[in-house]
Amino acid sequence: MYAKVIGHTRYNFPDLKTLLARASPARSGDRLAGLAAQSEEERVAARMALADVPLSAFLNEALVPYESDEVTRLIVDTHDSGAFAPVKSKTVGEFRDWLLSDEATTEALARVSPAITPEMAAAASKLMRNQDLIAAARKITVVTKFNNTIGLPGRLSVRLQPNHPTDDPKGIAASIVDGLLYGSGDAVIGINPATDNVASVTNLLLMLDAMRRKWKVPTQSCVLSHITTTLRSMEAGAPVDLVFQSIAGSEAANASFGVDLALLRQAREAALGLNRGAIGDNVMYFETGQGSALSANAHHGVDQQTMECRAYAVARVFKPLLVNTVVGFIGPEYLFDGKQIIRAGLEDHFCGKLLGLPMGVDVCYTNHAEADQDDMDTLLTLLGVAGCNYIMGVPGADDVMLSYQSTSFHDALYLRGVLGLKPAPEFEAWLTSMGILDSAGRVRPRLANPAAAALLTFDGLS
Amino acid sequence: MSARDEWYALRDLTPARLALGRSGNALPTSRVLEFQLAHARARDAVHRSFHPEEIAAEFGAVPAICVTTQAGDRLSYLINPALGRELSPTSRARLKRGRYDAVLVIADGLSPTAVHKHGAALGHAIFKALPDLKWAPAVIVTQGRVAIGDEIAKLLGADIAVVMIGERPGLTAADSLGLYLTYAPKSAITQDAERNCISNVRPDGLPLAEAARRLAWLAREARRLRLSGVGLKEDAPETALPPGL
Repeated sequence: MYAKVIGHTRYNFPDLKTLLARASPARSGDRLAGLAAQSEEERVAARMALADVPLSAFLNEALVPYESDEVTRLIVDTHDSGAFAPVKSKTVGEFRDWLLSDEATTEALARVSPAITPEMAAAASKLMRNQDLIAAARKITVVTKFNNTIGLPGRLSVRLQPNHPTDDPKGIAASIVDGLLYGSGDAVIGINPATDNVASVTNLLLMLDAMRRKWKVPTQSCVLSHITTTLRSMEAGAPVDLVFQSIAGSEAANASFGVDLALLRQAREAALGLNRGAIGDNVMYFETGQGSALSANAHHGVDQQTMECRAYAVARVFKPLLVNTVVGFIGPEYLFDGKQIIRAGLEDHFCGKLLGLPMGVDVCYTNHAEADQDDMDTLLTLLGVAGCNYIMGVPGADDVMLSYQSTSFHDALYLRGVLGLKPAPEFEAWLTSMGILDSAGRVRPRLANPAAAALLTFDGLS
Repeated sequence: MSARDEWYALRDLTPARLALGRSGNALPTSRVLEFQLAHARARDAVHRSFHPEEIAAEFGAVPAICVTTQAGDRLSYLINPALGRELSPTSRARLKRGRYDAVLVIADGLSPTAVHKHGAALGHAIFKALPDLKWAPAVIVTQGRVAIGDEIAKLLGADIAVVMIGERPGLTAADSLGLYLTYAPKSAITQDAERNCISNVRPDGLPLAEAARRLAWLAREARRLRLSGVGLKEDAPETALPPGL
C-alpha cells in the first residue's frame, strides 16, 4: 500500500502498478484502460508517493506475475545485481536526480544500465519533465554495427522506408533511389511488405541485396515480415541481413503477435549463422509502441508506458542493431494528440536508451489523431537534440502502403542541417563518393555527376 | 526552387511522393501546400457530419433503419472504440427479430465522406450480386465500428453480417470503404480472425462492382461451409482487420 496526504485528502494506491499508472502523464490509453488518475491532484500525489519508493521495491514486487509471464521472468532472472550498487539505495526521486547529475556521465550510465529494470526506468521517467528526458538521454551513447556504425555522437541515421501498396519491385526500387539521392538509408533499407509470404518476401530481399551490392552501399536491408516468414525465407536461402519483429511487454501481448522468447532466440541464431555483417553482428530489428499490450488485452492492469518499457527488456537480451517505437501509429484512443505523442516519443527514447537500446523513433501520426506536421517537426527536433539514433525516411512523409504520415527524406536533411548531424561514417563516405554530398557536406545531388546518375541505371527500374 | 528533381520520371513507377524538389533542405512551397491540402481533406473526411437519412433515401425501395451506438459524439467515438461496438438502448428496441440470410450494415466508421460518396452505390451492387439471399432491412449506423454488425445480426436473426464502413482516410484517398463479412456472429465474442475483409473499395482503388463480386463469392462460401474468417482464407483477397477499426 502506498499513500500520500495532501491537505485533508489521503490518496491511497494499493500496489506499485496502480501507483505507476496514476503517476503517468495524461494519455487516452490509460484512461481507456481505467487506470489513469481521476484528477490532476491525484496524479501529482501519485508522483510524490512514487518519488519516495525505493528502487529496490521494483525487485520485490512484480507488476505482472512471475509464474505466468516469461517477460517478468526474463527481467527478474537477468537482473545484474553487481551493476546495481551505485543506485541500489536510492528512491525513485533520488534516482531521477542522479540521472541528471554530473555524476551520471556517459560511462556511469552505461555501467548501471544492465541493473535498471524497465519498471525502474518507467518510474523515473514519470517524474521527469520533457527537458529531463532530453538531457538524460543525450548523455547515453548506444553504438551498434552490422555493415556500418550506428549511434555515434554527432550522427543521425535514417531508415529508408520505400513501401508500395502492392509490393511492386519497380515502385519500391524507385523510392529507394529517391531516398539514397536524398542521403537516407544508413540505418537500414527496410520494406514493410503488403503481402507476408515467403515467395514475395524472398523476391524483395533478393532485389535489395542486388541493389546494395551493385552500388556497394554500406548499409543493411530488411523486409519487415513476420519472424516466421523471415525464418522460412532464410531456410530457403534468402539474403537476410536483419531479422525484424514487433514485440510487446508481456507474454500474452507477444503471443498476440505470434511470438515468444524462444522463437526470437531461434531466429537470431539463424541470422547469426548466415554471418553477413561486414563489421558487426547486431542482427535484430525490433519495433514497439505504447498501447500495443492494451490493444491485445494483455496489459495486466499496467499503464501503457510501463508496458512499453517492458518490451525494451525483451529487446535488449537480443542485442539489436535497431529498435524504434512507432509512436503515433496506434491512434487517438491511445495517444490522443500532438502533446501526448510528443511526450510518449521522448519517454520511449529515453527509457530505451537507459536500458541500453539503440533507439530510433518513428515520428508519426494518423489522420484521426489531433496532430499535424507542426507537431511532428517539434518532436523531430526534440529527438535530434536528445541524440536519437535514427528516424524514418518516407518519400514526402506519406506512407502509401500503411496510410499514415511519418518523417520524410527532407525532414532528415532539416534535422541534420540545423543540428550539424552527419550520417553514419561509412555511409557518409559513400555519399561523398557518389557525388551526393557537396563539399560542405550537404545533400545536393546532381545527375550531371556520373556516380549519382548511375543510381538510375538499376535493372530493377526498367 | 524547382518543385521537382531531375529524376522526376521515377514517379511513373509508384504513387509515393518522389522527387519533390528542394528549397535548401526544405520542401518547395507548392509541395508543402499540396501536402496540407491532402491532410486537410483526410481530416475533414474523419470529422464530416454523417446524415444517415440521406443514405436511407438513396436506397429507395430497399427498407432501411437508422440507428445509433453508445458513442454520443465524435470525440467519445474516437477515444473509446468500445462505445461504437454497442447499440444505444433505443436503437436496440427498434430491431425486430425475423429470419434472414443476411443483413447489410452501413456504418460511418472513420470516413463518413466515403459512405456518403459510395455507400448507396456499393449497397446496390451488393444486393445485385446476391439476389438469391433473403436480406433483412439495411441498417445505417452513426458512430459505428465493425463489431456493431454482430449485435445487429443477432437481434435481427440474420445468418451473415455484411458491414460496410468508412476506412481511416490516408493522404492518397479519403473515401475508401471496407467490407467485413461475418458468419453467425456472436455478440461480444466474435474475433477478428472470424471475419473476412475487403478493403480499399473506391472507384480509384478496388472498383465497387469488383468488391461486390468478391463479397458475393465470400457470402456463398460462408453459407456453404457455415463459417467465415481464416477458414475462408483461400482465394479471399484480404482477411486482416486493420488497426483503428
